[in-house]
Amino acid sequence: MISPKGKRAINFFIVYSILVALVIICLFPVYFIFIGSVNPGSSLHSSQIFPSPADWNWGHYKALFAEHDYLTWYKNTMFIAISNMLISTTFGVFSGYAFSKFRFAGKKQGLMAIIILQMFPTIMGMIAIYTLLGAFGLLDTHLGYILVLAAGSVAFNTWIVKGFFDGIPNSLMEAARIDGASNTDIFVKVMLPLATPIIAFVAFNSFIGASMDFIMAEVILRSSSNWTLAQGLFTLVSGQANNNFTVFAAGAVLISVPLMVLFFVFQRFIVEGLTAGAEKG
Amino acid sequence: MSTNLESQASHKDKSHSKIAALLSVLFMGLGQIYNKQYWKGISWALFELIILIFFIKPIMSGLHGLITLGETPQVRQRGRIVDPGDHSILLMAEGLMLLIVLIAIVGLYYLSVRDAYLVGKMREQGQRIMNFKESVRNIWDNGYAYILITPTAICMILLTVFPLVFTALIAFTNFSSPNYLPPRALVDWVGIEQFVRLFTMESWRGTFLGVFSWTVIWAISSTLIVVFAGLFVAVVLSQKVVKYTKFWRNIYIIPWAVPGFVSILIFRNMYNGQFGVINDMLRSVGLNPIPWLSDPTWAKVAVLMTNLWLGFPFWMALFTAVLTTISKELYEAAEVDGATIVQQFRNITFPIVMVAAVPLMVFTFAFNFNQLTFIYLMTEGGPMNANYNYAGHTDILLSWIFKMTLDNGQYAIASAVALVVFLLIAGFAYFNLRNTKSMKGEA
Repeated sequence: MISPKGKRAINFFIVYSILVALVIICLFPVYFIFIGSVNPGSSLHSSQIFPSPADWNWGHYKALFAEHDYLTWYKNTMFIAISNMLISTTFGVFSGYAFSKFRFAGKKQGLMAIIILQMFPTIMGMIAIYTLLGAFGLLDTHLGYILVLAAGSVAFNTWIVKGFFDGIPNSLMEAARIDGASNTDIFVKVMLPLATPIIAFVAFNSFIGASMDFIMAEVILRSSSNWTLAQGLFTLVSGQANNNFTVFAAGAVLISVPLMVLFFVFQRFIVEGLTAGAEKG
Repeated sequence: MSTNLESQASHKDKSHSKIAALLSVLFMGLGQIYNKQYWKGISWALFELIILIFFIKPIMSGLHGLITLGETPQVRQRGRIVDPGDHSILLMAEGLMLLIVLIAIVGLYYLSVRDAYLVGKMREQGQRIMNFKESVRNIWDNGYAYILITPTAICMILLTVFPLVFTALIAFTNFSSPNYLPPRALVDWVGIEQFVRLFTMESWRGTFLGVFSWTVIWAISSTLIVVFAGLFVAVVLSQKVVKYTKFWRNIYIIPWAVPGFVSILIFRNMYNGQFGVINDMLRSVGLNPIPWLSDPTWAKVAVLMTNLWLGFPFWMALFTAVLTTISKELYEAAEVDGATIVQQFRNITFPIVMVAAVPLMVFTFAFNFNQLTFIYLMTEGGPMNANYNYAGHTDILLSWIFKMTLDNGQYAIASAVALVVFLLIAGFAYFNLRNTKSMKGEA
């Protein structure tokens, strides 16, 4: 028979070994990519897991800018992600507000269409998008890509924003209307300030979604000067030999750090937004 | 002219609405003019005139192109193009767009007739009719919602609806490499031939069924594994012995914070059969290296494990939030009754957290079903499967479609598969939405 004290000790031991094991599992890939980026060698084959700090080689970061188009990819990605964020957040907030707070013919059908369309990945219409962009001369341009991305995320944004406004009582609107406020006044001065958290979530989501996308970029952006980071980094490691592994690692670190900071800043909005969105659905 | 109409109308006051509607059917705006809304009437009439003058011809030729998909093939002599010929796919896209325009025009036509009818009805009942200025104001007020929706609607019609319809149409043609590639050759409508091929030809049917079943297995197991791992971690974190919960939680959330494509590519390298760090470790403890990404079964395991790493933090965060809402007294009461930890978990924790989790699990399932970025970045569908047409062992339906389209030019049959996926998703969506509160609650 084990004493209660011994039992507690065992419990303590088990729980903490699980916690520590999880920390190792969670952090190892992160450590691996960081150490990869400062490894003396250049290929995956020659990279060591525990090189001595004296051998750390920061040259791969320089190589990114000197030998590869990293800066161009970075700029492209940021430009695309920010444009997509602005467009799809604006459109999504407009239509989400309209679907939540107005009665109009076709509202139910419109909502149904949005929910269903939101489930289809843009990639299913790939051939058409390719043809369409080609016909308008938008293939291999950032404008074409941004439009496709925005169209892909606007339905989800509408849905989330609608769910948020549903929770705001209509009496607020009516009170403002009695005071003689116009539709635009109500929208801009009363509703938008209330919606800041959900706008932050939607904007963050659109930004991340666009900077993470790989597949549509691969379809639309063909020339390497137009590539996004996802495409550029993929080509660095897609071969069998992985001769550029350390450079890839350096590139991965440079994009991950700002995005991780952003994630931790927005963390509260993200968990709330995601759960709220799904519960409404 | 208008005085003439007016005197006529005053004789039979009762049928303003019908006359106005009929006149509007004859030509847009006539009904409005009859209703003495001159400016409005003239605007409508101008609109129809513009359409008649500028749009009739393109619409007719567009529809013709859509039906025939081009008639003159390209003519070449000694390698030089003599006659460029018709480009079937461009004709189809053009035709489809003009068809959408036509539908929009018919819709507007209906609106103009309805407007004339309603205003006529108001006149019958002796109500005052709005003048032009008031009408414009009225549109601005009542149409506010439509104005807000317009950008989204245009975006989605052009880049979501149009592509889906287009894909559906392509599934009924023979558009494919190497024999039916415009502009060198014409494409034809072939009815359901692609579907017949997909479901009766041995190689296609085998590929479809194989890829389809892996897609379903992947979507279900990736969801379940991630959810239960998240729950497990959340429960461990909620143990009384754990100090600094927030610290641990923030570490465990890191996999979520790392950009997705970066972590997928990292894992791709870690699993590398020859040089990967995982096999290095196995070798250093004296085990045989595992052919992670080159063996079909291990590749699937690797894909699922990577997804576990990426996906569990979200569920942990969610479940941690839910667990804090469960009252401590429930557990204390259970302890007094002598319930073990396992019993407490099964009878108290599990039912409560699942209520919160199920709707999100459905979403995750649908998301994973379409998660081709993940599969493509991780394995590119590999390892190769000799029995499959254009697919590898870890390909899901969407990555198969993607490869057939982008790498192999099998547009028609890829579209047929896409159409099948479309029906599957639509069915799933319908089934799923039938019971949601937000659709029921809305008027």
